[in-house]
Amino acid sequence: MPIWVFILASVIKSAVVLVVLLTAVAYTVWLERKVVGHMQNRWGPTRVGPFGLLQPAADGLKFLFKEDLTPPHVYKPLYIAAPLIAVIFALTSISVVPFGNSVVFGPFTVPQFLPFHVAMMPFHWGGAVIGPYLIPLQITDVNTGMLLILGVTSIGVYGVALAGWSSNNKYSLLGGLRASAQMVSYEISLGLSLVGVLIMAGSFSLRTIVESQGGHFWGFIPRWNIFTGQFVGFFCYLMAAYAETNRIPFDLPEAETELVAGYHTEYSAMKFAMFFMAEYANMITVACLATLLFFGGWNGPLFGPRILQAVLPVFWFAAKIFGFLFLYIWVRGTLPRFRYDQLMSFGWKFLLPLSIANLIATAIAVAW
Amino acid sequence: MLSVHLILFLAFGVVCVAGAINLLVQTHPINSALSLIVVMAALAGEYLLLGAEFVAAVQVIVYAGAIMVLFVFTIMLLNAGVEERTKGSRVAVLFGIPGMLLGSVLVAWVFLRHSGTEAVAVGALPGAPKTIGPLLFHEFLLPFEITSILILIAIMGAVVLASKPPTAPPRKVD
Repeated sequence: MPIWVFILASVIKSAVVLVVLLTAVAYTVWLERKVVGHMQNRWGPTRVGPFGLLQPAADGLKFLFKEDLTPPHVYKPLYIAAPLIAVIFALTSISVVPFGNSVVFGPFTVPQFLPFHVAMMPFHWGGAVIGPYLIPLQITDVNTGMLLILGVTSIGVYGVALAGWSSNNKYSLLGGLRASAQMVSYEISLGLSLVGVLIMAGSFSLRTIVESQGGHFWGFIPRWNIFTGQFVGFFCYLMAAYAETNRIPFDLPEAETELVAGYHTEYSAMKFAMFFMAEYANMITVACLATLLFFGGWNGPLFGPRILQAVLPVFWFAAKIFGFLFLYIWVRGTLPRFRYDQLMSFGWKFLLPLSIANLIATAIAVAW
Repeated sequence: MLSVHLILFLAFGVVCVAGAINLLVQTHPINSALSLIVVMAALAGEYLLLGAEFVAAVQVIVYAGAIMVLFVFTIMLLNAGVEERTKGSRVAVLFGIPGMLLGSVLVAWVFLRHSGTEAVAVGALPGAPKTIGPLLFHEFLLPFEITSILILIAIMGAVVLASKPPTAPPRKVD
């Protein structure tokens, strides 16, 4: 593949993925308000557009035009950097997530009438043949993709911790402290719950892990990791993921009843919106990871004409992620919040031993 | 000719050294801790460019992620203020900087001349997880296990230090 095709493909893929991710973030907020509204016998947003569908755009505009207030006596460099750290690392981890098989680009012939004279391109006239190139549907496939996501998530903690510290507010500080303690504690269970899957697939590459889950048992049960003995690992992952993303029932860092709004109490306008975006982007990343590792990624029934078969894998992937996001919202509408000591003892005394037991059992089963 | 990898390697090196110097210059502990995170992340970049992908990822997850979060956590919890500059610290600066320079030059010289190893070319280290795994669990199994026992001892020590002494009953405030 010539370098210009690679660069062009990478730029296009990055732009598309980023736009889709940010739109998904905006509409996850809408979905959450709508679904929780219906669960609580309310309507949710209805006024802006049909079914309130333009509500995210209205919210975004409102955030942009709000006064960007900086309280006195905050530690300004970190106060400004914290939301940036949170949102940048939340968006980075999507770069190794594969969302479908590879697509074949070309071969097609450049029409004769196109006056191509771009210096980077290896042809200067029409009639040249481009392709065929195999382009994976993923921004980049690194062979330690799994570790990269874990590393990026672990750096993302700083956004929350530093926001709490630099705000010069007791509630914010408590929120930041809770967040960092909680995330460090649950990261261990999160990592260990994934090792079972890694052992079964024998690779850190997310693409290889998904490809190892193709096929069926007895022709109809898909060979996803959740059906091949990793359901305990999935349970551990799900619990740890709720804690990592600070969602109910583990949203102690922003517990309204105790801490006003936790670590982002002092933030307003777009800085607040950045924390919001980071939280929802993290939710989507965690849902992507659950889909890729335990639910077979883009594997699903393929049927119909060729063009439909090309689109279906991406559709299955998106549908599974939607399922996870719905589960998140459902849990939020159902469960109350844990106490902090319950959170810690659940993480260390129950989840960690369980994930270690799962790891040992998987290792024995694979070695058998 | 400078390849892209070499340019990146040098850039990460500059970031790493700048972060380390900033760590020493800053007076507020949280700024120093954040500089240390930058150093750790830049080191991970260096490892990655050398070809040690697994070590790079672990460097980010363990050092930049977990350990430094605990550093920052402690600083936040204790609400540590700006560092005090005493006469002793001035003396330390006066003798410490030349001493450090001399020491690092000496160590570099010994490594380059007398260790019998060579400098690694960019991207030449066999550091993929598939090569690291057998090394850790076959050839270096004993050191690996001994290290884990060492860490276990440290964990037990931390538990003993953190747990309340069993002799003191909880006092009731009336």
